Amino acid sequence: MSEYYFRTSDLAVGYNGKTLIHDIEINIRAGEILTLIGPNGSGKSTILKSITKHLAVIRGDSFIADASVNSMNYKEPSQKLAVVLTERIKGELLTCYDVVATGRYPYTNTLGLLSPEDREKVYDAMRRVNADDLAEKDFTAISDGQRQRILLARAICQEPEIIVLDEPTSFLDIKHKLELLSILRSMAKEKGITVIMSLHEIDFAQKVSDKIMCVKGDVISHFGTPDEIFREDIINELYGITAGTFNIAFGSVELPRPAGEPEVFVISGCGSGINTFRRLQKENRPFYAGILYENDIDCQVARSLAAEVVTEAPFMPVSDAAYERALALMKKCDSVICTGVPIGETNRRIASLIEAAKGLGILQTEGGTEDLPEG
Amino acid sequence: MNKLETNGAGTRRARYLAVFIGLLVAFAVLTVWNINSGSVRIPVTNIARIIFTRQGDQTEYDIIWALRMPRIITSAILGGGLALSGFLMQTFFGNPIAGPFVLGISSGSKLFVALVMIVALRFVSYVSSWMMILAAFVGALIAMSFVLLAARSIKQMSMLLVAGIMISYICSAITEFLITFAQDTDIVNLHNWSMGSFSGIKWSGVRISSFIVLVSFVVVFLMSKPIGAYQMGESYAQSMGVNVKRFRVVLILMSSLLAGCVTAYAGPISFVGIAVPHLIKMLLKTAKPILVIPACFLGGGVFCMFCDYIARTAFAPTELSISTVTALFGAPVVIAMLIKRHSAKA
Repeated sequence: MSEYYFRTSDLAVGYNGKTLIHDIEINIRAGEILTLIGPNGSGKSTILKSITKHLAVIRGDSFIADASVNSMNYKEPSQKLAVVLTERIKGELLTCYDVVATGRYPYTNTLGLLSPEDREKVYDAMRRVNADDLAEKDFTAISDGQRQRILLARAICQEPEIIVLDEPTSFLDIKHKLELLSILRSMAKEKGITVIMSLHEIDFAQKVSDKIMCVKGDVISHFGTPDEIFREDIINELYGITAGTFNIAFGSVELPRPAGEPEVFVISGCGSGINTFRRLQKENRPFYAGILYENDIDCQVARSLAAEVVTEAPFMPVSDAAYERALALMKKCDSVICTGVPIGETNRRIASLIEAAKGLGILQTEGGTEDLPEG
Repeated sequence: MNKLETNGAGTRRARYLAVFIGLLVAFAVLTVWNINSGSVRIPVTNIARIIFTRQGDQTEYDIIWALRMPRIITSAILGGGLALSGFLMQTFFGNPIAGPFVLGISSGSKLFVALVMIVALRFVSYVSSWMMILAAFVGALIAMSFVLLAARSIKQMSMLLVAGIMISYICSAITEFLITFAQDTDIVNLHNWSMGSFSGIKWSGVRISSFIVLVSFVVVFLMSKPIGAYQMGESYAQSMGVNVKRFRVVLILMSSLLAGCVTAYAGPISFVGIAVPHLIKMLLKTAKPILVIPACFLGGGVFCMFCDYIARTAFAPTELSISTVTALFGAPVVIAMLIKRHSAKA
């Protein structure tokens, strides 16, 4: 047995014999979560459908615990692999219990009757996703969030070793997104269930996954751990982000910075500037920011939104170079906004910068400065 | 929570039991009612003696055994087969108003049976039941393949039904054309059959059609599990381990065989295939095949026995075509269903 629970080898997928994506090499261990990210229409679903045998592969093969998926019959995968599809469940007059119970299908007899143990497993699965109170409800009468939980319960009671989910968080509000992903996370870690899914929300992908695969164009552009993948350049290239930026530290995106010659300089620190940066961005007013320590949370946001950020290495006294640069930029501006910054041993010169702004008569204060006790 | 579970399950089971008992009672009542009615009045005591001891007045004996009994069994068996065929087509197309009549399957069968009879009667004096059924089955399959062909390019369900209705009109037109220009008096009699009727079936026909329909019923019942999976959608069915391609072929064959067999003996009968499965699902409040399949079979029989009773007695001695009566009772059900679905969506 190889160290990987699920892997693909030289996999090529597509429709009607036409290759869409080739050279797909996935290697994941049992209990790992692999997330496929990439722009709309990049082929994430196509890859997932090929893994689950819903689509014939063009070339290559997938292996579940070293067993070739190509050579499996129809029944074999059903006891190993469960799916949550984007496709709506048809069927009428189904209670949520009925839908979950279909997960037991691979284990029931010829007529599909449930044994008491089967029934217990159905209720266990519903409890697992906090949906046991929905059992008697009509499946068509529940909310999207509830429906997604029911479908997950259905997959769970199929007792799979691997679950494949196609965009499970679409249509869910933030609470249900978090709930669903944390259930997946705990299933992967506690029960060792391997999870392969596609997500639109790259911030969640970064936080929930063990492995990330970037799907774009005809090949897999990147495959690796979130640490390796979530770099500004990779994400910007993957999604072709030209307007706006992706911030690695927060895993979030910012709208594009305003263009043009800045007329505002913002002095801030320790997070006090973020709201002002965003407000200026929304008002489409370009601005400078400084002097910010590189580890300051303000610095992270300012880098995405400001025309230029004057920075200083963490915990170092503000250098002449930084001070001169800030002063030069400030002089080009009509106004200086100070949102409040704690002044301590190393950043005394920020106080001088504020004094200089005052001297130029362009200082507006939002919050004010606060002197730390010396020593 | 646990108490609630058992309560829900308990109510459901009581409901299922009530529906099946109700259907069986209706079946028994209609059987007695049908035997007991007709242009010749026969006292109940005589009927009982004729049936259980096979003795009595020769004319009465003939009326009971050669006319009424075969007709009752035919309407029950073929009605059941028709409802089942409708249920299978609704499952296949994922559409509650699919059925052998609206999709033109019955008319395809009708055309082929008429064709075989006209051609065969030129050479032989007698067309066997098996030949009729084979012709009807082939006709059903050909009509079905046209519907499937249309379904490949037409994704919209309502348009698919329009295509089916058109196929139905074309087949009926050709059939009427053939019958009109056929000189033979035997063929002219085809006209009654082509309108749909349970009359005139002989015991040999009863045996053959019962055999085919009952065997099909057992096969379909044993397919309950994959049918249940297929109801959820093709992709889900496959992920549950169903060989979807093979399953679809079997589904088409079974529904065509049932529809063909019914048409071979009784001609095209409207609305049973749609109305009965819908009524049954409403009564059971579930679409689970393991319950719906036997209930549909029973319900189709009851529905057709009831309609045949009306067809025979409403304007006696003139008989109505069975389709007239099934449409009268079935069409409102279908309309009600459409309105209900529409308002549920809005």
